[in-house]
Amino acid sequence: MAHRKTKGGATVSFRRYLFSTNHRVIGVQYLVLALVSVTIGTLLSLLMRIHLVWPDYIVPFHGPILPEDYLALVTIHGTIMLFFVLTTAPQSGFGNLILPSQIGARRMAFPVANAISFWLTATALLILLSSTFVPGGSAISGWTAYPPFSAIASAGPGQGFGMDMWLASIAVFAIAGTIGAINTLVTIIKLRCEGMTWDRIPLTVWGWFTAALLSVIAFSVLLAALLLLFCDRHAGTSFFVPTGDLVNGVIHAAGHPGNGSPLLWLHLFWFFGHPEVYIAILPGMGLTSMLLANFSRRRVFAYRMMIFTTLLIGFLGILLWGHHMFVAGLNPYAASAFAVSTMAIAIPASAKVLSWLVTVWRSRPRYTTAMLFSLGFVSLFITGGLTGPVLAQPILDEYLHNTFFVVAHFHLIMAMAGIFGLFAATYYWFPLMSGRFMSERLGRLHFWTTIVGAYATFLPMHLTGLMGEPRHYAQLIGVPNAAGHLLAGTLPLNRFITWSAIFLATAQLLFFANLIHSLYRGKIAPPNPWQATTLEWHPALHPNAPFETSDGRIVVYRQPCEYLATAGEELILPQWRSDGIPNIKPE
Amino acid sequence: MIPFSIQLGTFALSLATWGLPFDASTHGPAVDRHLLLNLWIILGLAALAHLILLVGLIARRRAEATSWHVEYLPLAALAILFAFLTIRAERLWAAARYTGADLSALQVQVVGEQFAWYFRYPGTDYTFGVTKPQLVDAGAGNPLGIDPADNHGADDIVTSELVLPANREVDLRINSLDVIHGFSVPEMRLKQNAVPGMTIHIHFTPKVPGTYAILCTQVCGMGHYRMNANLRVLPAEKFAAWLTAKQKAVQR
Repeated sequence: MAHRKTKGGATVSFRRYLFSTNHRVIGVQYLVLALVSVTIGTLLSLLMRIHLVWPDYIVPFHGPILPEDYLALVTIHGTIMLFFVLTTAPQSGFGNLILPSQIGARRMAFPVANAISFWLTATALLILLSSTFVPGGSAISGWTAYPPFSAIASAGPGQGFGMDMWLASIAVFAIAGTIGAINTLVTIIKLRCEGMTWDRIPLTVWGWFTAALLSVIAFSVLLAALLLLFCDRHAGTSFFVPTGDLVNGVIHAAGHPGNGSPLLWLHLFWFFGHPEVYIAILPGMGLTSMLLANFSRRRVFAYRMMIFTTLLIGFLGILLWGHHMFVAGLNPYAASAFAVSTMAIAIPASAKVLSWLVTVWRSRPRYTTAMLFSLGFVSLFITGGLTGPVLAQPILDEYLHNTFFVVAHFHLIMAMAGIFGLFAATYYWFPLMSGRFMSERLGRLHFWTTIVGAYATFLPMHLTGLMGEPRHYAQLIGVPNAAGHLLAGTLPLNRFITWSAIFLATAQLLFFANLIHSLYRGKIAPPNPWQATTLEWHPALHPNAPFETSDGRIVVYRQPCEYLATAGEELILPQWRSDGIPNIKPE
Repeated sequence: MIPFSIQLGTFALSLATWGLPFDASTHGPAVDRHLLLNLWIILGLAALAHLILLVGLIARRRAEATSWHVEYLPLAALAILFAFLTIRAERLWAAARYTGADLSALQVQVVGEQFAWYFRYPGTDYTFGVTKPQLVDAGAGNPLGIDPADNHGADDIVTSELVLPANREVDLRINSLDVIHGFSVPEMRLKQNAVPGMTIHIHFTPKVPGTYAILCTQVCGMGHYRMNANLRVLPAEKFAAWLTAKQKAVQR
C-alpha cells in the first residue's frame, strides 16, 4: 500500500489501517481474513483426512479424534471455507481492492458501511472459531444445519451453545454480506466513470455485480431462516420441529401445539445455499475471461454473450435449490421440475467454457503464473462442472446423493476452481498492491504442484462415491454389519486421497513463501506490467500514483481487451486510451 | 515418499477393479446403464474439452476467431445432448417415484432414530398399530412406541434387520422419531431421507437373495457413521418361514 507521510505517527496509521474506510485497505483486510481462514480450514480438512484412514492417530494437544470431533471438523471446515474464504476473498476482498478502479471510481459508494461490513465479518469469524472452546464444542450438524438436529440442544454434543454460536456467527455474516452486496451494487450502478457503459464493463465487474445481486436475495432469506431456527431453539416456536419429536428420550416442546416441518428449513436454506455457490464462483469466472483474453492478446470471444450468460447463471441460480432435495421428501414432480432448471444451467455454463476455449484457441498466450491458474480454472471448471448434469438427474442423484461423488463434484468446481481464481487474482494483481511482482518461478512450481494435488485428491473421490462411501462418516474402519464391508472396500483409495491431500496442502507453502518473499524482495513492477486494458492499471488510479498528477477525470473510450497486431507489432488499447484509433467494432 | 508410492500402486489396482456395488434390485440395471452412459459421456466431453484446450495452446498463432458458428453449433449440440439425458432420466424417475406401489406389495415401515434403524411388519391383520412418542421405550422392548390400547398393534413385528422376499414388490413407509436420517441401500440403488413428522413411501423389488448394507446418509449425530443395518433378501419360501416364526413369537 502507498505510505504517505502524515503527522501523528502510530495512532494515525492505526486508525488508517485498522479502522480505515479506504476500499483498498478494507480489501486487504478481507484478504488477510480469508488467508487466515483458508489456513485453518485446510488444517481441519487434513485432520479429517488423517482420521478417516488412520483413526488411531492422536492429535497433539488434543488427543484422539472422537466421532463428534470429526463432525465438528466437518462443520467448521465447511462453514469457514464457504463463508469466510470462497465468499469473502473474491467478493469482498478483491471486490473492494479492484472493483472501484475497474469502473473508474476512486472509492466504494458507502465507505463507512464498507468498514462496518468488514468488522462484522471479522466478528462472525471470531464467534465461529471461539465456539470450539464452549462446553460441548462446536456445532456438529454440518454447514447445512438441518433441523431438528440443529434445533434441539440434546441432539448431540455441540448442538447446545456451540450451535447457538454457529447461528450467531452466520447471522452476523449474513448482515455483513448484505451490506457489502448493497455497497457493491450501488458502486457499480452509480459510480461508473464517463464512458463506462454497461457493455464496456469488464466481465470481472459483471461477476461481482451478479454475485452481489444474488447475495442480497440469498442472505436475506438465510437471515430469516436463522432467526426462525433461533426461535425454535429458545422461544418455544415450532417452525422446523414436528409435533411429538422425540430426541434423546425427551419430547420436544411437549404440549406445544406447533407442528413444524424440517423441509421448510431445507427450502429456505438451499434457496440461499445454491446461489451461494454461484456467489463464490462468478467473480472467478469473470476474472478467468479477462485474464485469458489479456494474456492471449485477444478480445473475449462473444463478449455480450458472456455478460448475458453471467446474468443468466445468476437468474437460473435462484430457481434450482430443489436439486439438493431430490431424496429429502420433496414431491417427485417437483424433483422433475428442479431437474430441468438445473440441467438448463449447463447451457450458459457451456457457453462460458466455449468462449474460453475459443479465446485462447491458437493464440500462443504468455504463460504467466496468473495465466496458468486461469487455464487451471478452465480445466477444473470443465472437470468439476460436467458431474453437475449427472447429479441433476433425480434418478442418478438417488444413488449419488450424499456420497463422496458429490463431495468430489463441489470441491472441484467450487472449492478448487474458486481457489484457482483467487490464486490467479493474487498473482495478477500483486503488482498493483505492492508495486512488486510475485516470483514467477515459484509461481509456476506452485501451479503445477497444486493442480496435480487437486486432481489427485478430488478425482478418486468420484470413485469412492460410486462405490457407495457416504459423507460425514467419522470412521470407515470397524463399522459393524454389511456396511462395514462396503466401507472397508474404499480404504485403499481413501489412503491415496489422504496422501494427495497432504501433498496438496504442503504445496501451498510455496504460495506463502512466494507471498512473503515477493512482498519484500520481489522484482519491482513497472506501471501496467501485464499490458492490461482495464482501468485498475490506469496511471491516475494506481495506488502509488501521487494524487496531484491525476486531473481527476477518467474517461473510457472502448471495451476491454482490445489489441491491434500490425506487422508483427502489438498495440495495446487500454480502455482509457482515446487517440486516433477508432473503437474496434465489438463482435 | 515410499508409503506414497505404495499407495500409488494400490490406487492403480483399485482403479482397475473399482465399480458400483452389486446390483440386487429389478429397477437397478436400468439405473446403472443410465449412470454409466452419463459417466462415459462426461468422460468423453471432459477429454474433448481438454484436447481442444491443449491443441489450441500448442498450435501456431492465428488471427482470432470471430465466427458465431463456433459458439452456437456446439452449444446446440450440447443442449440436445443434455435434453436427451434429462428425458431418459425423467422417465426412469417417473417409473420409480410418480406412482405408488402395487396394492399387493409387502408393507414394511422403516423408522430411523439416533442411531439405529427399526423395521415394522403389520402382522396377520395387515394393519400397523398406532404409535405414540411418549410410549417409546427401547429398554422395555417397545422402541417405536406401539400403543397397547390399539389392537392392530398387538401382532406388529419390529426387527432391527430388514428381511424381504426376493421378487416381490415392497412398499416402504419411511419416517424418523427424532432428526432427519438418510435411508440408503446402495445395492438396491435406493435412497430416501427419513424425516420426522412425515411418512414417505418408496417402493422397489429386490431380486437377488443375499445380505446387503443399509446405511444412514444424512448426518444425524455422533453415531451417524455406525447407524446401519442389514438387509437380508430371502427366497420366497424362506421368507414365509421367517415371517411365520416371527409372528408366532409375537403372538406368544
